[in-house]
Amino acid sequence: MSRSILPVLTICAGLVLLWYGGAIWMNWQVVADTQARAGATPGLMEMVRLTLNHARPLLPAPHQILDELWRSTATLPVTSRRSLVHHAWVTLSAALLGFGMGTAFGVLLAVAVVHIRALERSLMPWIVASQAVPVLALAPIVIVALGAMGLEGLLPKAIIAAYLCFFPIAIGMVKGLRAPDATARDLMRTWSATQAQVFWKLRLPASLPFLFAGLKVAMAAAVVGAIVAELPAGAQAGLGARLLAGSYFGQTIQIWAALVAAAILSATLVGLLGAAERLVARRMGARA
Amino acid sequence: MAEPVIATRDLSLVFTTRDGPVQALSNVNLDIAPGEFISLIGPSGCGKTTLLRVIADLERATGGSIAVNGRTPEQARLARDYGYVFQAPALLPWRTILGNVQLPLEIMGISREERAARAKAQLALVNLAGFERKFPWQLSGGMQQRASIARALAFEPKLLLMDEPFGALDEIVRDHLNEQLLKLWSATRKTVVFVTHSIPEAVFLSTRIVVMSPRPGRITDIVDCDLGPDRPLEIRETPEFLRIAQRVREGLRAGHSYDV
Ligand SMILES: Nc1ncnc2c1ncn2[C@@H]1O[C@H](COP(=O)(O)OP(=O)(O)O)[C@@H](O)[C@H]1O
Ligand SMILES: [Mg+2]
Repeated sequence: MSRSILPVLTICAGLVLLWYGGAIWMNWQVVADTQARAGATPGLMEMVRLTLNHARPLLPAPHQILDELWRSTATLPVTSRRSLVHHAWVTLSAALLGFGMGTAFGVLLAVAVVHIRALERSLMPWIVASQAVPVLALAPIVIVALGAMGLEGLLPKAIIAAYLCFFPIAIGMVKGLRAPDATARDLMRTWSATQAQVFWKLRLPASLPFLFAGLKVAMAAAVVGAIVAELPAGAQAGLGARLLAGSYFGQTIQIWAALVAAAILSATLVGLLGAAERLVARRMGARA
Repeated sequence: MAEPVIATRDLSLVFTTRDGPVQALSNVNLDIAPGEFISLIGPSGCGKTTLLRVIADLERATGGSIAVNGRTPEQARLARDYGYVFQAPALLPWRTILGNVQLPLEIMGISREERAARAKAQLALVNLAGFERKFPWQLSGGMQQRASIARALAFEPKLLLMDEPFGALDEIVRDHLNEQLLKLWSATRKTVVFVTHSIPEAVFLSTRIVVMSPRPGRITDIVDCDLGPDRPLEIRETPEFLRIAQRVREGLRAGHSYDV
């Protein structure tokens, strides 16, 4: 255990150091200008201290981001509009709803494509093409169109998230449902298994590892989708709204805090899926 | 001869491939009686697998006729007459050994208690008692193949079809499994069609040996080979055994101008 953790810790420490170095370097000019205008001539240590504690730095130092994260999560009630927990929850709920919708759609699509030969040729090109449209361009159109129909808030954001989600799931699932080899299919045939039995007892279990790979990609994509969907309509809440507000007012620390919160959110969700995957794999007899 | 279990008349099969037609079977005439142990032997590509697959309704003949207990192969398949053993054990990796043997029983809608009882009994017959809870990767190749034989026998099919079941195993394991298979056959007296390209294996196991040759796949000789019910491995040194093996070898040579 300790042997595998030590290199990770070393690399993390290295990255943090690098970040501090970057923060000093990038904020130097701003601090130097301000000081010159005030007629001050700070020493080297004073300059370093100022670059790492600027209120609107080009690049905030890690401790500033941690400080902001702590202030906006632990010290504010979750009902506050300035609580990051509140905003994270708004984004999370849209991402999870979209993830559920995208998963259901992706799985159904894969099942249909595997069972109906004609669908593969007619449907797959459209599915692939749909993913070539940049979500950044699509999101405003969808949000505005659905808004005109009176749909606002959670659902439009979930739809954008689902749009990014279903693709990796469908692709992984199609591959997984086709994973059983000819011998396994021949065996089912000698037993006169019905198509439903072939699906439930052979294809579906064989597809689970592929499904989990797709789910993990889709989960991260769902969070991105939900955040992107919060950008165009000038949403009032959500991590996307925090990013947008932060950039209006040059609150770089707030932007970075929202980014880190989004990353933590994604990593936690993907980590939970990974745990579920290991649990399922163990039940299905995977080698320890 | 009793009413045949399998009767083929001028059975032919032509595969249509991108490079043109491939005649895999040509005018195969073969009657198999109940309780026989038939081996199909011949060089690779002579249509042994194809013949077995036609019997099991995994391929359709393009000429001639075939009857299984007086019905078509499809009817026999739907009646679950076939236990099929492939060269690869083809156990589902996510099921335990017991779960794998139970799978055909599940598909056939047999109750949970009876499934477990039957599967356990079959596993005991192939000397795998105590391995029920293991997953396939925890077993050796020979043990996996025994599990797949237990799976094929679990639903008591009328016919056991085996396509080079021991082809991927080493000689010692193979000898051992041949002995076990012979015991199993003596005990159940099931009709077995067994594909091999090992002459000693065919002579040791069979009541009759069907010698086939390629291009086009056809039967060139049928050799009677009943060495009696009690066959220890040492029987392979007896003059009777060697005489039959010699006849099979000659049949193979005659049907095959060794152009390799
Ligand atoms: N599905 C198929 N499509 C086309 N050709 C096939 C197919 N299966 C077998 N063949 C051809 O039919 C011939 C007999 O094959 P097979 O029955 O597998 O021989 P064996 O089992 O005796 O080695 C070979 O020439 C093989 O290439
Ligand atoms: Mg073969």
